[in-house]
Amino acid sequence: MSGVGSTEPTGHTGFDDVPGLAEIVERYRETTIVVKPERLIDAALYLRDEEGFNFLSDITAVDYLGWGEAGVSGYIGTPDGRDLNTPMTQGYQVVPVAKPQRFAVNYHLLSISERPRRVRLQIWLADGQGVQTVIPVWPTADWHEREAFDLMGIAFDEHPNLQRILLDDDWEGHPLRKDYPLGGEPVRFSGEA
Amino acid sequence: MTATAPKTARAPIYSGTRIPSPIPTVLKTPPELEATGDILTVNFGPNHPSTHGVLRLIVDLYGEDVTGLAAVIGYLHTGFEKNMEHKTWWKAIPYAPRIDYVSFQNNEYVFVGAVEKLLEIDVPPKAVWMRTLLAELNRIHSHLVWIGTSALELGAISMFWYAFREREMILDLFELVAGYRMHTRYFQVGGLAEDVPRGFYPEARKFCDWMPKAVDDYETLLTRNKIWLERTEGIGLLSREDAIALGQSGPVLRGSGVDWDLRKAEPYLAYHQVDFRVPVFQTGDVYARYLVHMAEMRESVRIVEQCLDRLEHMEGEPWIADDRKVVLPPRHELHTSMESLIHHFKIVTEGFRVPEGEVYFAIESPRGELGCYVCSDGGPKPWRVKFRAPSFVALEATATCMHDALIADMIAIVGSLDTVMGEVDR
Repeated sequence: MSGVGSTEPTGHTGFDDVPGLAEIVERYRETTIVVKPERLIDAALYLRDEEGFNFLSDITAVDYLGWGEAGVSGYIGTPDGRDLNTPMTQGYQVVPVAKPQRFAVNYHLLSISERPRRVRLQIWLADGQGVQTVIPVWPTADWHEREAFDLMGIAFDEHPNLQRILLDDDWEGHPLRKDYPLGGEPVRFSGEA
Repeated sequence: MTATAPKTARAPIYSGTRIPSPIPTVLKTPPELEATGDILTVNFGPNHPSTHGVLRLIVDLYGEDVTGLAAVIGYLHTGFEKNMEHKTWWKAIPYAPRIDYVSFQNNEYVFVGAVEKLLEIDVPPKAVWMRTLLAELNRIHSHLVWIGTSALELGAISMFWYAFREREMILDLFELVAGYRMHTRYFQVGGLAEDVPRGFYPEARKFCDWMPKAVDDYETLLTRNKIWLERTEGIGLLSREDAIALGQSGPVLRGSGVDWDLRKAEPYLAYHQVDFRVPVFQTGDVYARYLVHMAEMRESVRIVEQCLDRLEHMEGEPWIADDRKVVLPPRHELHTSMESLIHHFKIVTEGFRVPEGEVYFAIESPRGELGCYVCSDGGPKPWRVKFRAPSFVALEATATCMHDALIADMIAIVGSLDTVMGEVDR
C-alpha cells in the first residue's frame, strides 16, 4: 500500500441508513453504531456490502453488572474534562452513565480497502437474551462467538457449533461475568477456596 | 493501488471458496468416504512436539489423506482477562506480554497503547522511537522462533540452531535495556519505565550489521532447497477472499496476496516516519508465508537502523510524559517535594485513574492484527480487557487450508500459520 493515511473516524459519512439503528456514538476517535439486536444481521449485511466492512476483527462481550454502583468512583478532573496538570483542579467526580442492558456485544469491524476504516457495531442484551449468529456474514465469527458464549454466556441463535471453546465442556458458569468470583475453584488438600 | 486487488491481474489461488459449511472451522469427512469404513480418527496432540504448545487436532485419515479436521483449544487458558480486571492499570501491564510469550513487547505495547488512547496522553518522541525499535527487534525475535521451530518440524534441524543463535543476540539486547530477557515490562503508560541505558545503541548497531547476513544464510539453506520446496510449495492454500472472510492477518494474509499491514494502513508509533516495504506474495501457500517472514526480518532491520539514527541524537531527552496523575514522579523529587511524595503514594497504592469509556486499539504484531479492547468505568482498575489474538484467528483457518492435504502436510500447514498457544487460549 503506497498511500499512507491514518484511519479516519467515520462519523460524517452518516451511518444513518444502517438498519435497526439506535444510536451513533463518537468518542476517542472511534465510531460506535448501536443497533437493535433483532436487526443485527441486517445491519451487519448493510455494513459489509454497502460500506465495505469486509473484515471482522473481533467480537467482545462486556458485562456491565454493577456499573456505576457504590465502590465505583469517577476520575478526577475538571468540569470541562480531564486537565490533570493544572493545580487545584481535583475533586470533580464523573459518575459513569447508566447502561441500557446488562450485556454489550461489540463487533469490531475493519474495511480492508484503499480507505481503511473501523467501526464498532454494538448491541445490548439482557441476561439470557440470545442474538443471531453472524457466521453467514463473516465466517471468522465462529470462534469469537463460541468464546463469548463460553466466558460470558451470550447465546448465539443458529450458531452451528455453539460449544465451550476455552473451558472444559462440563465447566459451570461463565467466568468473565462480574458475578463470577475470582479464584472460585476449590484447591484440593489445602482446605481453602 | 488497492489493498485487495494486486497490481497485475493474477489467476486466483483457487476458484470459489473452500471454507467448510455450515461450521467454518470444522472439516467434515464426506459421507461416502465415511461409508467405506476405512476412516481412521486420530487425536493429534494436545501434547505433541510439533503443535507449538498444546493444540489438539482431531483428524480423520483415509490412508495418508486428511479428510476431516477439528481443532480443539483451551489447554493453556489461564484467565488473563479476568485477572486483569482485578489489578490496577499499571499492575495489569505485566500480564499483557505473558499472553504471547514470543512477541511480548508487541503485546505489552498494545495494552499500554490502548490505555494511553483512553487517557489521551502525549508520549515523548524518545519513547515513541524506542518503542518502535523494540517492537521491530521483537518482530525479528518472533520470526526467528517461527522459522527455527517450523523448519525443525519439517526436518531442517540446523535452522533451529542458527535461528536461536540470533535470537540469543536479541534477548541480550532486551536484557541490556530492561534487565529481563523476556516479558521486559519496559513500556510504562506515558512512555518508558527507564531511560535507554548507555551502551545500548552501539550494541544494537552491531546486531543490525550482523542480522542481514544471517538472513542470507537462512535463505541459502532453505529458499531453493529442493526438500523445503517439496514440503511447502502448493501446500495449505488459502485464497485472498477466504483469508479475509476468515479474519486472517499478518504474514498469512500477505502470503495470500493481500497488501495489508497496519503499520502502513493505520500508522501508529513512528511507522509513518520510517521507510520500509511490505512484502506480499501471491501464491497463498506455506512457501509464500515463509517468504513473507524472511522479507519482513530484513525490513525490520532497516526500521531498527532508522530508529537508531533518531535515538542517537536524543540523548538527555525525556523518556516518559510529565503527567503527575499517571506517571510516577522522578525519584529525586521525593526527598524535597511533598506533592511528589503524595503523588507517588497515590499512584503506587491506589493506582491512577483512567477516564470512563471504551477503545479498541490494534497494532501489527508479528502474527498479524493484535487488538486490545479496553473498557474503563473511570476507576483505578480496568472494567474489561479483551485481546484480539491473531493466533486464535489463524487457527480458524486450519480446516480451510487442509484441503487435499496429507498427514505430513498438516505439520507444515499448522506451523505456517504461526500460532502461539498462550495467545490462542489466553
